[in-house]
Amino acid sequence: MTFSATTDMQAAGLRARPGMRRKIARFVVTQPLGAAGLVTVLVMAIAGALSPYIAPYDPVAISFGDMLSPPSWEHPLGTDNFGRDILSRILYGARTAIVMGLMSALIGSTLGAILGVASAYFGGVIDLLIQRAVDIFLSLPIIVLALVVVAMLGRNLVLGFDFNLILAIAIPIVPNVARVVRSSALSIREMAYIDAARVAGYRTSRIIFRHMAPNLMAPYLIMLTAFIAQAILLEASLSFLGLGVTEPTPAWGLMLAGNAVDFYRQAPWMIIFPGLAISLAVFAFNLLGDSLRDWLDPKSRLR
Amino acid sequence: MNAPDLFPSPDVGPLATESNSKIMAGSTIEMLRSPALLAVEDLHVHFVQSDGVTRAVEGVSFALRPGEILALVGESGCGKSATALALMRLLSKPAGRVVKGRALFDGVDLLQLPEAEMRERRGRDIAMIFQEPMTSLNPVLSIGEQLMEPLLAHLQMTRQAAQKRVVELLKMVGLTDPQRRLEQYPHHLSGGMRQRVMIAMGLACNPKLIIADEPTTALDVTIQAQILELMRDLARRLNIAMIIITHNLGIVARYADSVNVMYAARLVEQGTADDIFGRSSHPYTIGLIDSIPRLDRPRQARLATIEGVPPDLMAPPAGCRFAGRCPHRIEKCGEDPPLAVVEPGHQAACWRADELLARTARAVQPVGVVIPPPPAADAPIRVSVRDLKRHFTVSAGRGWFGGSATVKAVDGVGFDIREGETLGLVGESGCGKSTIGRAILNLDTPTAGSILIDGQDIGDARAREVRRRTQVIFQDPFSSLNPRMTVSQIIGEPLAVYKLEPDAARIEGRVQELLGQVGLMPYMAERYPHELSGGQRQRVGIARALALKPSIIVCDEPVSALDVSIQGQIVNLLDELQQKLGLTYLFIAHDLAVVRHISHRVAVMYLGRIMELADRDTLYRNPRHPYTQLLLDAAPVPDPAIERQRRPRVAKGELPSPINQPKGCVFSTRCPMATAECSEAVPALRPVADGHYAACIKV
Amino acid sequence: MLTYLAKRLLLMIPTLLGAAALIFFMLRVVPGDVVEVKLRADGASVTQEVIDAERSRLGLDKPLPEQFATWLVGLVELDPGLSMWTGRSVVDEMSIRLPLSMQVAIMGALIATLMAVPMGTLSALYRDSPIDYLLRVFSLVGLAVPAFWFGMVMILLLLWLFNWLPPVIYTPFWVDPVANLSQLIWPALVVGIRYAAVVARMVRSSVVEVMKEDYIRTARAKGLDEKAVVIRHAMKNAMLPAITVIGLEFAFLMGGLVVTEQVFNLNGIGQLFVQAVAHRDFVLVQNIVMFIAVVFVLTNLVVDLLYAALDPRIRYR
Repeated sequence: MTFSATTDMQAAGLRARPGMRRKIARFVVTQPLGAAGLVTVLVMAIAGALSPYIAPYDPVAISFGDMLSPPSWEHPLGTDNFGRDILSRILYGARTAIVMGLMSALIGSTLGAILGVASAYFGGVIDLLIQRAVDIFLSLPIIVLALVVVAMLGRNLVLGFDFNLILAIAIPIVPNVARVVRSSALSIREMAYIDAARVAGYRTSRIIFRHMAPNLMAPYLIMLTAFIAQAILLEASLSFLGLGVTEPTPAWGLMLAGNAVDFYRQAPWMIIFPGLAISLAVFAFNLLGDSLRDWLDPKSRLR
Repeated sequence: MNAPDLFPSPDVGPLATESNSKIMAGSTIEMLRSPALLAVEDLHVHFVQSDGVTRAVEGVSFALRPGEILALVGESGCGKSATALALMRLLSKPAGRVVKGRALFDGVDLLQLPEAEMRERRGRDIAMIFQEPMTSLNPVLSIGEQLMEPLLAHLQMTRQAAQKRVVELLKMVGLTDPQRRLEQYPHHLSGGMRQRVMIAMGLACNPKLIIADEPTTALDVTIQAQILELMRDLARRLNIAMIIITHNLGIVARYADSVNVMYAARLVEQGTADDIFGRSSHPYTIGLIDSIPRLDRPRQARLATIEGVPPDLMAPPAGCRFAGRCPHRIEKCGEDPPLAVVEPGHQAACWRADELLARTARAVQPVGVVIPPPPAADAPIRVSVRDLKRHFTVSAGRGWFGGSATVKAVDGVGFDIREGETLGLVGESGCGKSTIGRAILNLDTPTAGSILIDGQDIGDARAREVRRRTQVIFQDPFSSLNPRMTVSQIIGEPLAVYKLEPDAARIEGRVQELLGQVGLMPYMAERYPHELSGGQRQRVGIARALALKPSIIVCDEPVSALDVSIQGQIVNLLDELQQKLGLTYLFIAHDLAVVRHISHRVAVMYLGRIMELADRDTLYRNPRHPYTQLLLDAAPVPDPAIERQRRPRVAKGELPSPINQPKGCVFSTRCPMATAECSEAVPALRPVADGHYAACIKV
Repeated sequence: MLTYLAKRLLLMIPTLLGAAALIFFMLRVVPGDVVEVKLRADGASVTQEVIDAERSRLGLDKPLPEQFATWLVGLVELDPGLSMWTGRSVVDEMSIRLPLSMQVAIMGALIATLMAVPMGTLSALYRDSPIDYLLRVFSLVGLAVPAFWFGMVMILLLLWLFNWLPPVIYTPFWVDPVANLSQLIWPALVVGIRYAAVVARMVRSSVVEVMKEDYIRTARAKGLDEKAVVIRHAMKNAMLPAITVIGLEFAFLMGGLVVTEQVFNLNGIGQLFVQAVAHRDFVLVQNIVMFIAVVFVLTNLVVDLLYAALDPRIRYR
């Protein structure tokens, strides 16, 4: 009997498979930047979620007496031209940014992934049609496409969040993700284990969900993280232009819009802090996405 | 292990060596007396990475004389490439470094030279040729430019002079139309042609030494033979020393003067080719040579194998590194054996080397084990392929709409396979063997023709149950298993989907049973594929195929991606399973020796057609079709004495493009016997003897 | 080569047609009647007759395919209609603003490429050196910082350090180069930063990949010095994917213009677009988008031609 001897196991360097905790610990050690990004993101999300409890002031409370005051003990980040506390507005703004960013990216990425997989698996005419549509959509800058959707749809508030805006940000994400997922799915489709599944006579649905989809999780997650960052940026830009989130909802981009410009000389803190917040959030998500990409790279796994 | 040699090989005494050496240009003895061109002393190479230090080469020493051809043999990871790269000082920084040792080339220690001086020698005095011709040339620079570079850089030639020299070089390496090649780009050339360009580049400045790292591994057998003959011829004529790095012992036997065998970063045996093959004294060498299936001998009951896997070089075991797998180990093996002389010019690193040398017989077959008989002539036909054609349309050519051309991957193939039989399908790349496999598995729809399993056409939509009787084992152990599923899930999936076992517990039980059948330990069930070695993955693939209780298995190059010492294990396993379970195999491969071992009948394919079909032994002993003859000639056998007596005929020309197939007999463009009438009509596969078919009008 | 060019030009047409159809029909999928929404947008009450009159004035009472065809014809004749909002011809509105935007875009692209390519290359060749870290930080920051905020910070700094603001009135280059540049250099920088970050990253990873290729090892084995290896062998190959990115991103620069012009108060295409969206002027929106699509397709064409010129594998198809 030809048994694979014990030396086999030693040679392959096996050990008990690490549990979830170990995996997270390994991630933190090998990808310190990504871990930092993750922590930052979590802190922001928690801050945003808890903002009604931790913000020192009501973000929309106007106070003419405190207009344009520089950072001080009462107002750590200063006040704006309506006397509103900037720190509070930033905390509430975190909620807006992360919720909108997450929702749009999630909707856009998932739709895009489904399209990409369908396109890759079915090939033929379906693939051709989806590809052409994706190509056309991708010929426009994201912000332009988002603005077109804004022009189309107008506003539609649901539970305090502008759902049409979420759509406007989600739609440009769809073709981007579709393209990447399609090419990943195509290369997976060429893999021998997919052929083996076909030879075993499994149904198409099983092959897609049990075999292809789990292997697409890695590119999907990486894209998702990257697009959350893009979505936050896009939302900020749209709000800045006055075509995104509107008053009185606090949003970072909105804080920089319109009349903020008039106050360059008098109140630079009105401009600096919201922008820093946006940059930090996007930066953190980007770091996380980059680290995820390095960590999930199959080439480093298979030794 | 001590059975008498049932298949005696030609006399390999010292006299035979001397007389036969005259066949090669230049006398071996004279060569052995000249001073060393290259003397490597105690070389140590380490690769330092974040997760540890890999000691890739440890204490390797050897000498090379001018004009000598040295083979550096071993399996993957043994350190042979690292040795070569270290000599050229091309180790990838910062991970790779030489930590100890000297390499005296013409008296100068290469390892101590300042980089600028080393660069002078690189490409001028020492050249290197790599394995992958398809990627070793810069795709955006012309052939002429790339060939002129070493001339301009090292010899300071003018461009005109350099161009003339390049044309000369291209002629030397046998490329037709050399003037035109100057302006061409690598993508215009085939793999074999690109390798010739690489050789020309190596020869450009008249080097004293050429190091060739697996120069023909990526090439087809007939092209391989062309390239190696060319290299040997040039080495002899121009008195260039060569180091050939390879894992193919046949090549070593045919071309090498002296041999270094490496295992786990160490040199385990060293000597002339005759010493190593005829009088091997290290258990690894013996095991390696024994485990190779022989092209020139009828099969034995089972391939001898080397158990286990090579050690991890980040944490190598103490003492002899081969001890874990060695059938001859004794207690002393816990101490590292030094490389010691067993006879003049022959060294081995084993405490029992002298004993092993004294045994002149090599056990070829355990006494009492019987070669399994072929299936009965009246066994039912399981697989029936009728006039199978698979044509692809590809876009080709220029013009407005490109136009399309037809690639005839398979063009009129038919055969039957009986129950319990193994049909071997051999051929070089592009011959269509894999396409046939895919068609039988219903992964691909044929353009014409039919495939019947147990009498039913598999193209019929209702034939699902019949199709399930055919399963597959793929070539690439990496991509054949879903990286996100455990072994247990991979093997258990078919059981669950088709409800072959009533509940989860029974499924687990069956999975364990299958693991046992393929020789895997029970704890493997919870592993993920990336935690297993190549051989283990193949076993999982086999277990998965068996789960559905198939009657037919298509084996698509199942051992090509495995190391030599592991190949034997898998082939034996497949054999065993066939005996126990009565399986029918279609065994697709390009390695003629493995096919000879495992098949009952063999079909040889070329450009989409069967050239010859016969009983295994008949085909190999008495091939009738000129292509089969060329194929068998081209494949070297791991026995220098036999090799010296062969006069290999080398096929001329390149494999024709599948888009532009030759008219009439597809082999006519390269056939030594071809005449005008061969291009007129496609020869049918007709019987030339009982059960022996050939598609040639000349036989 | 000429056949290649001709083939690509012909292929452009279905892409552009597709883009036109997409943008046209997207804007028509608006809930509610376009004109009604617009006229009633400010809360004004208008009678049905006024609405109908407006609709027929704008040609909106004709069937959709006919409207589409009219528009296409208009595009080809370079007179695609009148702005719903200003009433002036679309061509007029766009042409006065085009030179400004184009100048900013081109300046931005030039600055970015001139910065990004050398930085990316050096970063790849000297991995993990101070230059590499600098570049990687720069890329990350460049991608994270919102363009409009960066512009604002820039203005802040100019104000703070030099007590100076960029001029507001646009002077064309040939009238007064100094005034022109002093106004446009800042938005060009802002638009260019993001571009530079993306391109530098791409160049870096491309060079890193190429340096790992087998033919680089061959070049070294031939004894060529490192300079020759990098410049002769590596760069040409590494630039190919970089060119694709440089081309693509140029078209996306226009997206950056949208916010940047707002920050610097420039009357360019970007501003026009934002205003058109704000006023729900579908005619203007669809034409500007079409323009962007055309720029994208043309840029792609140029990139493909460059690629074909540099990569012999494509040339002789």
